[in-house]
Amino acid sequence: MAAILDVKGLSAYYGPIRALFDIDFSIEAGGVTALLGANGAGKTTTLRALCNMIRRTGSCVFGGQDISRRATEDIVRMGVAHVPEGRGTFAGLTVEENLRLAFHTRRDHAAARRDLDLVFDYFPRMKERIKQQAGTLSGGEQQMLAISRALMLAPRLMLLDEPSFGLAPLVVQEIFRILRQINEHEKVSMLIVEQNAALALELADHVYLLEIGRVVTSGPSSMVQNNEALRKAYLGY
Amino acid sequence: MEFLLQQIASGLTSGAIYACVALGLVMIYVSTDHINFAQGEMAMFATYIAWSLIQAGLPYWVAFGLTVVIAFLGGLLIQRFILKPLEHAPVLALVVCFIALLSIFNAVAGMLWSYTVKQFPSPFPAGDPTGLGLVSYHQIGVVGVTVIMLGMLTAFFRYTTLGLAMRAAAQNPASARLMGVRVSWMLALGWGLAAAIGSVAGMLVAPIVFLDPNMMTGILIYGFAAALVGGIGNPGGAVAGGFIVGVLENLVGTYIIGNELKLTFALVIVVGVLILKPAGLFGRINVKRV
Repeated sequence: MAAILDVKGLSAYYGPIRALFDIDFSIEAGGVTALLGANGAGKTTTLRALCNMIRRTGSCVFGGQDISRRATEDIVRMGVAHVPEGRGTFAGLTVEENLRLAFHTRRDHAAARRDLDLVFDYFPRMKERIKQQAGTLSGGEQQMLAISRALMLAPRLMLLDEPSFGLAPLVVQEIFRILRQINEHEKVSMLIVEQNAALALELADHVYLLEIGRVVTSGPSSMVQNNEALRKAYLGY
Repeated sequence: MEFLLQQIASGLTSGAIYACVALGLVMIYVSTDHINFAQGEMAMFATYIAWSLIQAGLPYWVAFGLTVVIAFLGGLLIQRFILKPLEHAPVLALVVCFIALLSIFNAVAGMLWSYTVKQFPSPFPAGDPTGLGLVSYHQIGVVGVTVIMLGMLTAFFRYTTLGLAMRAAAQNPASARLMGVRVSWMLALGWGLAAAIGSVAGMLVAPIVFLDPNMMTGILIYGFAAALVGGIGNPGGAVAGGFIVGVLENLVGTYIIGNELKLTFALVIVVGVLILKPAGLFGRINVKRV
């Protein structure tokens, strides 16, 4: 399969501190790739660097186009939807307004209206809460809203930063089930960052293991799942 | 009784002006989370531009429209060239910048047009439709223009996706970028709108207080009071606050404390609101679940 995202020699910096060291990876179109590793390995940093939210060097090619010099909002407009750490909810806007923001970004409003129905199919809860101020939603609902918002952008690639963070196990299972459906039915490729490695390995078909800003190893999910030494060393289970 | 009605009517007129100034403040607050201390001087400067256009022989409404457009572009440019480089500066640096803008506009206006007081025409006919000396056409016009402007702004923020994008950009710039919103341009747009609203306020007040570089100084404080009374994040509240402050100020000034202490009264309102109801009468505190 062709790669939808090809990253070569990506480095990233927080001020003078270097957080990523020349990492290479690629994401297959239509697949789910997981980025795993301990705290501080550079998982979130990688996602931020891809969207040019922090200072970075190296090459990123998305769908055949070089995005390494583009602004965040342009990368998003090209089809990369980033569901950020902490969900990035617009607390003061209603659920509907959070979703309707995509109509500002997109030109194809008819398709966007269809996507709104699609979001409600995946997350009926969003329809129930439509007029509610987003800041008053539960954690799980806010995560659903964040994914819904990303889906409203009709992305080709979704970057998911710890979608399970701080949520009850049942809610996490529901969200991961829906993510799988979105990947299968909408043909959205995904790059997912998770602390909960077992969960991410179930969803993902390919894995990259990060340690202190470097790729340690990579391969199909089954390789990591079946390699006890690797799991114990890097994933702690 | 008639005297009382007259006082209320003139309170409503000044209230409408305060409301316009407050609307400009709210606009910048809503789109950038800043309080623009130069709002009054920007309005004054725009009014001088209108005056020059009228002096050059343009019909009133042509000059009015042109001034609004020029003010809009001016606001846009101020954001692009002065505030954008300060994007990551601490709030205090911005406050200093706003105060600098205030005195720069004041001084440049004085330099270009001198400090002598000038007359500014009203677009509304002279006289009094009631025949009782109660209100003038200009007073009715000022209130009307303010209400129309509020309606347009409310519709813009509530029903257009551009207005929504502006609100989103103000609330959470990082997330807005991740939704594809060009945040920096949204801020510039907010400044443009604020400057345009301010120019309308200036042109409406100038026929009453006459045009001079210091004409907005006091009015800005009333504008602050109005914005705070109504809730600084809420355009409708700002206009209601403007009318409340205008009428109260006039009545209290006339019957209780005398005209000299009117401005002090505005400051008392500011302090009172901040202590008793910081979100304003119509403001809502954003609830955030953590």
